[in-house]
Amino acid sequence: MYKKILLATDGSEHSKRAGEHAISMALCTKGSKIEMVYVVDSDKSKTDVLNNWNSADIGDKRKDRIRHVEQRMKESAVQFETKILHGEPGPTIVDYSNKNGVDVVIIGSRGLNALQELVLGSVSHKVAKRAECPVLIVK
Amino acid sequence: MEQMSYKDSWFSNIKGDLLSGIVVALALIPEAIAFSIIAGVDPMVGLYASFTIAVVIAFVGGRPGMISGATGAMALLFINLVAEHGLQYLLAATILTGIFEILFGVFKLSRYMKFIPRSVMVGFVNALAIMIFTSQLQHFVGETWIIYVLVALTLAIIYLLPYVFKAIPSTLVAIVVVTAITIFMNIGVRTVGDMGTISRTLPVFLLPDIPLNLDTLMIILPYSLALALVGLLESLLTAAIVDDMTDTGSNKDTESRGQGIANIVTGFFGGMAGCAMIGQSVINVSSGGRGRLSSLFSGVFLMLLIVVLGDIVVRIPMAALAGVMIMVSISTFDWNSIKTLYLLPRTDAFVMIVTVLTVVLTHNLAIGVFTGILLSAIFFVSKISKVEVNSTLERKTRIYKIRGQLFFASVTELLEKFDYKEEIQFVELNLRRAHLWDDSAVAAVDKIINKFEENGKQVEVTGLNEDSSELVEKLANKLGSH
Repeated sequence: MYKKILLATDGSEHSKRAGEHAISMALCTKGSKIEMVYVVDSDKSKTDVLNNWNSADIGDKRKDRIRHVEQRMKESAVQFETKILHGEPGPTIVDYSNKNGVDVVIIGSRGLNALQELVLGSVSHKVAKRAECPVLIVK
Repeated sequence: MEQMSYKDSWFSNIKGDLLSGIVVALALIPEAIAFSIIAGVDPMVGLYASFTIAVVIAFVGGRPGMISGATGAMALLFINLVAEHGLQYLLAATILTGIFEILFGVFKLSRYMKFIPRSVMVGFVNALAIMIFTSQLQHFVGETWIIYVLVALTLAIIYLLPYVFKAIPSTLVAIVVVTAITIFMNIGVRTVGDMGTISRTLPVFLLPDIPLNLDTLMIILPYSLALALVGLLESLLTAAIVDDMTDTGSNKDTESRGQGIANIVTGFFGGMAGCAMIGQSVINVSSGGRGRLSSLFSGVFLMLLIVVLGDIVVRIPMAALAGVMIMVSISTFDWNSIKTLYLLPRTDAFVMIVTVLTVVLTHNLAIGVFTGILLSAIFFVSKISKVEVNSTLERKTRIYKIRGQLFFASVTELLEKFDYKEEIQFVELNLRRAHLWDDSAVAAVDKIINKFEENGKQVEVTGLNEDSSELVEKLANKLGSH
């Protein structure tokens, strides 16, 4: 029943586990596809550009972060696609899932530490609240 | 990354650009005033600069969606010029800065930005943040405890308001609230009006009132060079950040030229030299701005506000502006660099810290950047100049295998690594894993051979790679005959 699975990832341990759940969900339904979304936080652009000042491509570093999950999806022979979006993570994921008629969103519960979560609010909660489809938060 | 066409860069995002333009204009005002005060000129000089730069760069810039105006990095550079020679010399220096920036763009020098090491860039950004912060401390001198309360209130509003309400920039709300409090409660603190006058007029075209001679040029030249360097550095860094945020490309040489044109126009219209602003550009993109219209509109709206609200602007307490500047300094600082400092190679961390310290001591970002580049170059040379020599004995031949880069910095050490007096007839110098880079290297190998021959040994050079042999041939050296 879940044909279009959106996997929101940031390369953290939680999002790797979320990847496993996405894969097993995709394997349940024939013809389903995982859309893995990695959101580049605008606030991090400055840090990322500075940190990659002399390296050829800033995009490579980001792809490195999601390589693990990508690898797992390849091994499991599920159909998938990787998208890199730009913006504030919560709203960007919500916006993307609502506009693209996603059947389910899978997201790791936290990439932030307790203090950051207190200040910034949890991305997964924001997504769960505002997405128009079922949301699976992986702990 | 793909670039937008010129037409698209104007009209593909009209609504988003207009809205973000307003937000940016509101956020530009406090910074333009505060940076003027840092530089010791009337607030109008910074406001005119932000107006003309934003408008001109909208047309000639290379990075749509980026915001330029009067900046702290630039203001910090000409404090002495203004103090010693006055505003007119600053305007002339601004025009000369523009000329340098145009030349930089015309000769397509932006590709050499890669020669500035990462650790120097990080040091630059951190030093800038520290300088902006320390420049605010003067506002606390000679004030009562109330200024701490007002600054704290400003910061509290700036940081906490966005959790509840995001439509208006929180810096603007903070300034309005704090200004209202000081006016209605009649708190006697210094205001913008005490630092200079705000005239509610549009800028006019004027030639800087300076003698056009060599003395003038010698006064402004060092300032203009430093301004051009720092301005381009911050502009191209900001352009890279906007590229990344919007996932589109930009032409850095067009941008450099655009910055130059904008500064020339600004100098003639009584504004101070400026460049791209990291903070404002991030605000612009986050608020939905993508195109040239956002920059144009922010400039026009800024001027409109000053003409209409000039009388209120002079009543803004310095405490509120100091609060805004402290926020700018906190967000400019690359906090990540502190967290990762212990992970970096020692030399990188050292370069970063020296860059920051140089700026803090000299109050000059350009000197800091040069020191950082020089230091990195020295570290690089010393790292790469390590040459390894392994020797083996094969029957009657002593084989020396040389491994590494042979150039001016590495050859002195090399000469001492051979035993010229050994009782042996044949010596082989195996250069298969070495590279000869310059005439010092060729001369050194030559000298080694000579020394062996003086001691009555036959020397054979083997394994010279193609580049190196070419160099040797070019220098028409004796090596070829062996």
